[in-house]
Amino acid sequence: MTALLSVNNLSKEFGGVHAVEDLSFEVEKGRIHSIIGPNGAGKTTLFNLITGLYQPSTGTVHLNGRSLAGHKPHELAPLGMCRTFQNLQICMNMSALENVMLGRHRHLGQGTLASLLTLPALRRGDRACRQQCAELMEFVGCGQFLNHHASAMPYGALKRLEIARALASEPDILLLDEPAAGLNRTETDALRDVIRKIADKGITVVLVEHDMKLVMSVSDQVLVLCYGRKLADGTPDQIRANPDVIDAYLGSRKPEEEAIA
Amino acid sequence: MTTLNSQRLNARSKVPGLAGLLVVLAVAPMLAANDFHYDLMIKICLTAMVAVGLNLLVGYAGQVSLGHAAFYAGGAYASALLTQNYEMAPLPAMLLAGIGVGALAWLVGRPILHLKGHYLSMATLGLGVIAAIVINNEDQITGGPDGLPVAPLSLFGHELSVFGSYDWFGVTVTGTQLWYLLAAGGLFLAVWLALNLIDSPLGRALRALHGSEIAAQVAGVDTAKYKLRVFVISAVYASVAGSLYAHYSGFITPDIASFGHSIELITIVVLGGMASTYGVILGAAILLLIPQLLTGFQELEMVLFGAILMAVMIFMPRGLVPTIARRFQKEAA
Amino acid sequence: MFSEFFQFSFSGITLGAIYALVALGFTLIYNASHVINFAQGEFLMIGGMGTVVLMDAGAPIYLAIPGAIVMAGIAGVLLHKLAIAPAKNADVVTLIIITIGASIFLRGLAQIFWGKDYHALPAFSDTESLSVGGAVLLTQSLWILGIAALLVTALGLFFTRTALGKALLATSMNKDAASMVGIKTGAILTLAFGIAALLGAVAGVIVAPITFTAYDIGIMLGLKGFIAAAIGGLGSSTGAILGGLLLGLAEAYTAGYISSDYKDAVPFVLILVILFFLPNGLLGSRAVERV
Repeated sequence: MTALLSVNNLSKEFGGVHAVEDLSFEVEKGRIHSIIGPNGAGKTTLFNLITGLYQPSTGTVHLNGRSLAGHKPHELAPLGMCRTFQNLQICMNMSALENVMLGRHRHLGQGTLASLLTLPALRRGDRACRQQCAELMEFVGCGQFLNHHASAMPYGALKRLEIARALASEPDILLLDEPAAGLNRTETDALRDVIRKIADKGITVVLVEHDMKLVMSVSDQVLVLCYGRKLADGTPDQIRANPDVIDAYLGSRKPEEEAIA
Repeated sequence: MTTLNSQRLNARSKVPGLAGLLVVLAVAPMLAANDFHYDLMIKICLTAMVAVGLNLLVGYAGQVSLGHAAFYAGGAYASALLTQNYEMAPLPAMLLAGIGVGALAWLVGRPILHLKGHYLSMATLGLGVIAAIVINNEDQITGGPDGLPVAPLSLFGHELSVFGSYDWFGVTVTGTQLWYLLAAGGLFLAVWLALNLIDSPLGRALRALHGSEIAAQVAGVDTAKYKLRVFVISAVYASVAGSLYAHYSGFITPDIASFGHSIELITIVVLGGMASTYGVILGAAILLLIPQLLTGFQELEMVLFGAILMAVMIFMPRGLVPTIARRFQKEAA
Repeated sequence: MFSEFFQFSFSGITLGAIYALVALGFTLIYNASHVINFAQGEFLMIGGMGTVVLMDAGAPIYLAIPGAIVMAGIAGVLLHKLAIAPAKNADVVTLIIITIGASIFLRGLAQIFWGKDYHALPAFSDTESLSVGGAVLLTQSLWILGIAALLVTALGLFFTRTALGKALLATSMNKDAASMVGIKTGAILTLAFGIAALLGAVAGVIVAPITFTAYDIGIMLGLKGFIAAAIGGLGSSTGAILGGLLLGLAEAYTAGYISSDYKDAVPFVLILVILFFLPNGLLGSRAVERV
C-alpha cells in the first residue's frame, strides 16, 4: 500500500474559527478518493491547504514522502500535483486551447530571449504542444470547442477545460474541487466517465463533491468531513452504512420516531 | 470522434498584421509634405515603441504602471550622458542604457510588484515622479530644467543628423527622412519581438497573470517572477525608444520624465486597445495627431481633447482597435 | 527651536487638513463606485476660481463662496451622470482614463472662461496672522482647521445618523444587495460624487487665501490628495484623514528641516515607504480571495 498523499494532524484557523481541525488521512496511488461533507465542513479549505494556497496552522502534508510545508502554490505542479477550482479559474482573455496550453507551461521553453526571437526549437515545441492539448480537450469531452475563445464557452465545457488544463501538466495526482457543481445529470455521468478514464491512466484522483451519486459510483475511498474534523474514512459501502455519517447528513431520528418505524 | 485537423491548430499567423504594418509605414512618407510631417511621424513611431512595450505590461499582463516615462527618460539621459561625457559610440551607449534601465527596473520592481491594484499604480506613480524630480534637481549631471544637449546618432562611423543631406543610392534624402526610416524600422522590430513574445509560453503565462493569477500558479508559473520579467521588458522597450529620441531631437529636458508623460503613455495604451499591439500604435498616432488637428481651435484645444478622450473611452471601453475588430467580427458572423 | 517646530507643525497640520478633505472626497467616490477620480483636484479649482470669478462679477464673498461650491457640486453630479455612469462595466484602467479626460476637460473650460491668471482670495479674518510662542500663525489656518473639522464631523453624522447616509454606506459595501432592498443606487452614486465635489470645493475655497488659485491648481493638489488617501488605505475614511495629516506634516518638516527642493518628492517617497511595510496602506483591509 503506497500512500501518494498523506495528511497528518492538519489544522487551519481563521480568527477563532477552526476550518480544519486535526485532520489525518492518506490517499493511495492510483485510486479515486472522494471527500464529502456538509457545507462549511472545510473541504475547500482542505484543498487550499494541500495545494499551498493557505498555510496550515499546524500539521503536515506529504506528497510522495516529501513535505509540502512552505511550498508556494506555483511549486506544486513540478512536484506532480494539479487542481481545479470550485469557482472556475479560467483565463477568459485567452482561447480555449491556450488555456490548456497554459497547463503545459513547465514542460515548455521559458527563456525571454528565445521567446522574443521565436527560435525554431520553441516553434517546434509549440506545434507539439498544440497537438497534445487538442487531444486532451477531446479526452475530457470538450473537443468541439477547439477553436473557441474561452469567453464563448458554456459553463459545463469550461469545467472540463479546467480538467484538461490540469491534465496538461502531466500530474501524478489530480485534485478536483466540486467538478460536478452546476452540471445536470447527463453531464455528471459524462464527468464520471472522464474521471474513470483519468484513473485508468494511472493518475491518482482526489475529489471534493456534493453529488452523492457521483461520489458513490466512482470512488474507491471516501472521506467524510464534518466541522473540519474527520467523521469517517472508508469504501462507499462502508460510508453508506455508517450511522455517524447518516446522522450528520440526514439528522438523527428521535426515539419516538424510532418506536413508530 | 472528430479527427483533429492539424491545420486548424496552428497559431494565428503574424504575417498579415506585420505586412499591413509594413504597408502603412511605407505609405506614410508619401503623405508627408515637409520635415514637420516627418518629425510628427518619427515621434509617433518612437512613442508607439514605448506603448508596445507598456502594452505587454498593462494590456497583456494586467499590471498598471503610472510612471513609465521614467524609464523613457532614463534611456534618453543615459544615452546623452554616455555619448557626451564618456565619448561612447551611440549604439553601444543605447545598449548599455537599456541594460542599466532594465537593471533599475528589476531593482524597483521586486518590492512593488507584490502590491495589488491601485496600490501598484500608486507605487509606480511615486517612483516615476521621484525620478522626474531627481532629474530636475541634479542639474550638475542632467542640466536640470535647462535641459541637456545630445550628440547626434552615428552608425558605424556615419553621422545621422537631422540637418544633414545624404546621398543614398543616387537619391538625395534629408536627415529627417533617414531618421524616419530608422524609427519606422525600430517600431517594426519592436512589434515583431512583442508578437513573438505574446504567442510564446512566456507570453501565455503573462496573459494568464491578467486572466487568472491562480490558474497560472497551479500551472507552475511563478507569478512574482513573471511580473518582474514583463516589467523589465517593458522598461527596456521604453529605454531604447528614449535613447533614440534623445539622439533624434538633439536636446532633452526633464519633462520627458514627467507624470504628464506617463499619463499620456497609459492613455495611449488604453485608447488604442489594451492587449492589442497594433491598437496601441494607432493610439499613439491619434494621441499625437489630435493636438495638431486642434491647433486651429486654439483655446478650445484642451476642452476638446478632454471631451474626445472621455467620449472614446465611454463608447469604446475596450479601446479603439478591439472594439472595431469586434464589430467586424459580428458582421462577418 | 521649539517655536520653529511649532510653526512647521502648524503649517503641516493646516496643509494636512486640506489634503485630508481631498482624500475624503476620493475615498467617498472610491467606496461608492471603485473609481479613482483623477478629476477630484478640479473640484478644488472650481471652488477657488469660482469664488474669484463671482466676486469679480460683483457678488459679496458670503454669496460667492456658496455659489462656487454649488457650481462644483453640479460639476460632480454631471461628472457621474455623463461620464461615469454610461461607462458602467468598463475596466478600472478605462475608468481612470475617463476621469483623466474629465479633469482635462474641466481645466480646459476653466482656462477658456476664467483665464490663466493666478488670483488671490482675501483672508477670512481681518488680522492676517498671529504671533503664538514665537511662531507666526496665519489666521486663515485656524479657519481651515475649524471648517475642516466641522465638515468631517458633519460627514460622520451624515453617515451614521441619516437614512440617506446609511444608504450611501450600504451601496458602497454591496451595490447589488443595496439595490435589492430598494436603494436607488444610481442616485446614491451621483450623490456621492456631488458630496465629494462639495468637499473638494470647500477645501479649494479655504486654502485659496494662502496658496492663490488658478485654473491648474487642481493637478498637484488632486494628486497629493489621492496619495494621502492611498497612504491611509483606500476605502478608509479615517485613513484618508490620517493620511492627509501625515502627508501635510511630512511636507512641512521636510521643507523646514531638510530642503525645499525635494519637498515635492515627499508625498511620493512617503507612499513608497508606507506601501513597503503596509501593502494596503495604514488602515486598508486585507481581503482574502475565496477560491
